[in-house]
Amino acid sequence: MKVTVTVRPREGILDPQGEALRRSLTGLGYDVTDVRAGKVFDLELEAADEADARRIADEISERVLSNPLIEDYQVGA
Amino acid sequence: MMRAGVVVFPGSRDDRDALRAVELMGAEPVRIWHRDEDLGGADAVIVPGGFSFGDHLRCGALAALSPAMAAVRAHAEAGGPVLGVCNGFQVLTEAGLLPGILRPNASLRFRCHDAPLVVERESAWLPGAGAGDRLTIPIKHHDGGWFAPPEQVAELERRGQVLLRYAQNPNGSVGSIACVTNERGNVAGLMPHPEHAVDELLGSADGRVLLQGLLDLAGAPVAA
Repeated sequence: MKVTVTVRPREGILDPQGEALRRSLTGLGYDVTDVRAGKVFDLELEAADEADARRIADEISERVLSNPLIEDYQVGA
Repeated sequence: MMRAGVVVFPGSRDDRDALRAVELMGAEPVRIWHRDEDLGGADAVIVPGGFSFGDHLRCGALAALSPAMAAVRAHAEAGGPVLGVCNGFQVLTEAGLLPGILRPNASLRFRCHDAPLVVERESAWLPGAGAGDRLTIPIKHHDGGWFAPPEQVAELERRGQVLLRYAQNPNGSVGSIACVTNERGNVAGLMPHPEHAVDELLGSADGRVLLQGLLDLAGAPVAA
């Protein structure tokens, strides 16, 4: 079963990568006022059903894919 | 003789300097492979610098999941001393053994130079040093901005878990904090490299202070 996890920097947390991107985009003439850079994980996993897959993805996201101090995650596209 | 273990991950870079440094300090160096499930009888442990597992996902995140780190956790829970340097600091925060997390330098630039550090308080980790003393220890990192939420930083400061601050903040660390311990005081981490500062010939021998602290703590484990 395929599950997608999105990890984003938490609101209010400085994101140097996003800020560098924003500056570059501004340099190209785009009127972008904020960029937040995150990550997307496509997991292929064995699960009994969709709820079970979600539960496993939740556990993996909390334990490994995100660091709750600075990131939020979302299971599902 | 005191046995000082150094954990080696794929991508570790400073493990050999750390092994040599503890040997110079009079301890027997013990190399611990990341797949090892025990610490080879080490009384003290260093998690060294480098780019463990290619720094994929987040710096130190994958190394924190290794069997050797489970053994390091058990050692720390028994009161044994653990010192994390640079990537090792990142590994210990990701393992939940130290507070906070290391983020990309605010400048997004790799910083490689001597870093003057100010001693915050007397500590078993810094034998012979007092508040306000200065130590010069080199840094070389891209992801060394230490971060924790404001309420947690206040708590750490109150409990005396901050040992060193940067004289000039090189990486955007909150409160210019350079070195923190766990609540019990037997696990410490910092981005600067004590193992590179053990001989005046190389510019500074101030790193010996922390290494001596590590070995001292191994002789007198911290009670819970």
